[in-house]
Amino acid sequence: MHEWALAEAVISSLKRVADREGLREIREVHLKVGELQQVDGEILLFALSQMRSGKLANTKFILKTSRARFKCRVCGHKWTLKEVKAPEEVRESIHFIPEAAYAYLRCPKCNSPDFEVSSGRGLWIASVRGVK
Amino acid sequence: MYDPRLSVIGERLSGVNKIIVVSSGKGGVGKSIIASTISLILARKGFKVGLLDLDFTSPTTHVVLGVRGIQPSEDKGIIPPTVHGVKYMSLIFYLGDQLAPLRGSELSNALLEVLSVTLWGSINFLIIDMPPGISDLMLDILKYVREARFLIVTSPSRMAFETVRKLLLLLKSLKAPVIGVIENMKMNKSEYVKREVEALGEKFLGEIHFDGKLEESLGSVSKLLETDFAREVEEVIQKILTHN
Repeated sequence: MHEWALAEAVISSLKRVADREGLREIREVHLKVGELQQVDGEILLFALSQMRSGKLANTKFILKTSRARFKCRVCGHKWTLKEVKAPEEVRESIHFIPEAAYAYLRCPKCNSPDFEVSSGRGLWIASVRGVK
Repeated sequence: MYDPRLSVIGERLSGVNKIIVVSSGKGGVGKSIIASTISLILARKGFKVGLLDLDFTSPTTHVVLGVRGIQPSEDKGIIPPTVHGVKYMSLIFYLGDQLAPLRGSELSNALLEVLSVTLWGSINFLIIDMPPGISDLMLDILKYVREARFLIVTSPSRMAFETVRKLLLLLKSLKAPVIGVIENMKMNKSEYVKREVEALGEKFLGEIHFDGKLEESLGSVSKLLETDFAREVEEVIQKILTHN
């Protein structure tokens, strides 16, 4: 159900974009969804379809998943989420607060907790196509 | 690329009447126990209160409140559980006993996430327990929570007040509203802190004396609210309610 909160944030942002850019209508929006947060794309799209109205009434939403990649700040090792074996409750925590990853994940090579999420975190509005 | 979380924070906080950010330039001055006790006392007075622990790397308000075995619920966002009459949100729900070593940008991301998904509903007060110091999260609160009013805690130590002075000067330069300064863990009759606070043009809200029984009350709200510490916190709250 967290997807509904994300959808609300997207709709709120797009309304601002439409007002700021003087758009009569927003036709297409590309969203980049970070794999780390494991957002359910179907629920997100359904929530967006339920919330759109006004200038967003006919907006088509296109989701693209951005693979979660990590880089160790100590030894430089790079790895992906697929290589991480985490129990369901850990994945659930990361779903709600992606920074929880820092509590549970470690560099598989040197065991350091000091790593960066180089891609695949959060939800982003990548592009907006509208009509003035 | 645009981060949609930034647009929704204002809406998430729109039902909150007053946001009180409990902060200090130094750690160990009693911010968390003061923030927790203020929340509990306001709730006892009949106000609707939320408590948000933003000390992400070292949260402790759950220790004060004795929070165990509960989780937020979900309904189109995260609904904080009610603990002793206070809506309570902390990263401990997601971190458990694990340490989360976060760098600055990660702290900012965690803050944006919490602010954008937590549904506080309609409440009179949101009390925010800040991490010590003047760094990323303080700057983020100033940037994203424009309605924030700052309640500053210091100990009688000149070392603690030296950092508090810088915090007060920063807040003043940014025209951020300061409710006043509390001097916690008072053990002598020095008026140093009071004098310095007033010289800066800020309100000195009072002294809270060192209470040797406070430690044993941690985790038991009923014991905590019977301490001399809580009685003195209540006097400070009365001043805040009267003048704000």
